Amino acid sequence: MRSDGDRAPLLLRLAAAGGLVYLLAPLAIIFVYAFTTEEKSFVWPPPGLTLKWFAVAWARPDISAALLLSLQVAAVATALALVLGTLTAAAVSRTRFFGRETISLLVILPIALPGIITGIALRSAFSTFSIPFSFWTIVLGHATFCIVVVYNNAVARFRRTSASLVEASMDLGADGFQTFRHVILPNIGTALLAGGMLAFALSFDEVIVTTFTAGQQQTLPLWMLEELIRPRQRPVTNVVAMFVVAATFLPILAAFYLTRGGDEIAGSGK
Amino acid sequence: MTVAVSLRAVSRHFGAVKALDAVDLDIEAGEFFAMLGPSGSGKTTCLRLIAGFEQPTSGHIEIFGERVEGVPPYRRSVNTVFQDYALFPHMNVIENVAYSLMLRKVPKAERLKTAEAALDLVQLGGYGARRPGQLSGGQRQRVALARAIVNKPKVLLLDEPLGALDLKLRESMQEELKSLQKRLGITFVFVTHDQGEALSMADRVAVFSDGRIRQVGTPEDIYQRPDTPFVADFVGSSNVLPPDLVERLAGVRRFASLRPEAIRLGGEARLTGTVVARSYLGPVTRLAIEAVGLKLHAIVPSGADLPGEGDTIGLGFDSVALHLMGTEP
Repeated sequence: MRSDGDRAPLLLRLAAAGGLVYLLAPLAIIFVYAFTTEEKSFVWPPPGLTLKWFAVAWARPDISAALLLSLQVAAVATALALVLGTLTAAAVSRTRFFGRETISLLVILPIALPGIITGIALRSAFSTFSIPFSFWTIVLGHATFCIVVVYNNAVARFRRTSASLVEASMDLGADGFQTFRHVILPNIGTALLAGGMLAFALSFDEVIVTTFTAGQQQTLPLWMLEELIRPRQRPVTNVVAMFVVAATFLPILAAFYLTRGGDEIAGSGK
Repeated sequence: MTVAVSLRAVSRHFGAVKALDAVDLDIEAGEFFAMLGPSGSGKTTCLRLIAGFEQPTSGHIEIFGERVEGVPPYRRSVNTVFQDYALFPHMNVIENVAYSLMLRKVPKAERLKTAEAALDLVQLGGYGARRPGQLSGGQRQRVALARAIVNKPKVLLLDEPLGALDLKLRESMQEELKSLQKRLGITFVFVTHDQGEALSMADRVAVFSDGRIRQVGTPEDIYQRPDTPFVADFVGSSNVLPPDLVERLAGVRRFASLRPEAIRLGGEARLTGTVVARSYLGPVTRLAIEAVGLKLHAIVPSGADLPGEGDTIGLGFDSVALHLMGTEP
C-alpha cells in the first residue's frame, strides 16, 4: 500500500539520478570541449570559451567531403532497405510457405551478428568476387543492418493490420497496385518512416562494417576516428561530434514518436 | 428464373484437406440464400470462391452465366461484407463508402452524393465525417453494408454478418437486412453457423458439413424434412432415432428424426424414459430424457405439473411427426 502518492523512495531517486549522470556526463564534456580555446589537448576546466571552431569546421574540405559521403551512403542504404525490407516483411507476414520462420530469423541475423563478423565476411566476399571497394561496397555493408530495422518495423505493423483490409480493397475493385497505394501504404506509412529514420541514423554513425568495406574513402565516423589518433585541431572533432549526435538523435526521437501508440489493430473493428 | 451463382462440381483442396468437395449449387437471382454449417464445413470457402479470394481446385463457377475461374475479385460484380467489417481505418466513413466509386473515377461531387445515399439506406445519414474507430459495432456493420452495396453489385456476399453483434441488435439487423434485400432486389448470399438466423432470414438454405452440401431447400424443408441425421441434428437439434428403434416404431429400418416439440407427455405412450435434466426457457421447458439407451430432448409448454429430474415418464408423438430419412448415418 502506498501512502505518499506515487513518489519513489529517496534511494531509488538517487540511483536514477546517478545513472543519468553516468550516461550523460561524458556527452556533456564532449559538448563543452567543442567550445574550448585550448586546441592541443583537453584540459579541464577549459581555459576559455570560443565559437571559432564552428567556423573552422565549416571551412575544412575534409569534413564536408566526409559528411557528404556519410549522408549519401545513409540515404542510398536506407532507400534500398525500405524496398527490400518492406517486401520481405509483406512476404513473411502475408503468406505461408515452407521455411517462413527460417527466413524471418535469417533476415534478423545481421543485426545480432557482431559488426566485425559482418565486416570481415563482406570484405572477403568482395575480394573473392574481385569487387573493388567503392561507394557501393559501403552501401551494401550498411544495407545488411538497415534492412533488418525496416523489416522489423514493417512486420510489426503488418501484423497489426487486418488481412481482410487487402481483400476488402480488392473486392471493391482495386487491383494490386491500387490496393498498395490506397490501403497498404497509408497503413504502414508511419512504420516505414520510423524504420527508415532508424536505418538512416544507424548507417550515419556506423564504424566497424565501414572500416572493412570502405576503400580510401572516409565517412564522417571514420574521419572522427582518424582525428582521435592524429589530431590537428582537437575541438573541431567535438564540433563534428555534436553534429553527429544531433543528426542521429533527432531521427530516432521522431521514429519513437511516430510508432508510439496505435496499439489497436487497424481494421479489425469489432 | 435466372441463376445468379452456379457451382458445378467445385472442389477446393488445401493440401490433403478437402475444404470443399465436388459441390453443385444454383443460387437464383433475387434470392436471400443462406449457407449454414458448423465451422470447418466449407461454407466460408464456398463464399470466398464466389468472391474470388480463392480459386477452385477443380470445377466451374458461373456468376450470371459468366465463367469466373481465374477472374480476380476486382473484376467481379460481387461485393462482400466481411466478418470483421474490414473498414479502412485511415479513411472516414464517407471515404470508405465511396472507395469503389473513387477507383472507378466517378467525379467527386457525384461520388459523395451516391455514398451519402447509400449511408441513408442503412440509416447512417450524416455520419460521413466520422472515423470507423468512433463508431459502435452495429454502426460499423452498417458502414460495411453501405460500402458493399454502393456499387450495386449483382450479388452481395455476407460472411457471418451478425456474428459480432449482441442479441438485441442481431434481431433488429435481421429484419433490416431482409427489408434492404427486398428494396434493392440484389441476390444476397450469407454464411452463418446459427441455424435460427438461417431459418428466419433466408428464402433457401444450403446445409454444409465436411466440405459437402448435405441439403438445399426452403427453411421449412430443412427443418421439417431433413434428408440426413446430420441435418436433423444440426438444424434445430432434432432427436435422431437409429434404424433398429425406427423399425420397432414404424416398421421401416431407416434413420428418423423426431422434433423435440413433437414429443407429448401423457396420452398414448410410445416410449418410456427417465428425466435427467430440466431447463426452464420461459414459455417452454426443455427436458432431457434417457429412453431406450438414447438421450432425447423434449420441448413442452411450461406448466405446474411437469415431471422433475429422476421421474419416469411416458412419451407420446403422432406417427406423422416421425420423419423418415436414409439408412446412412
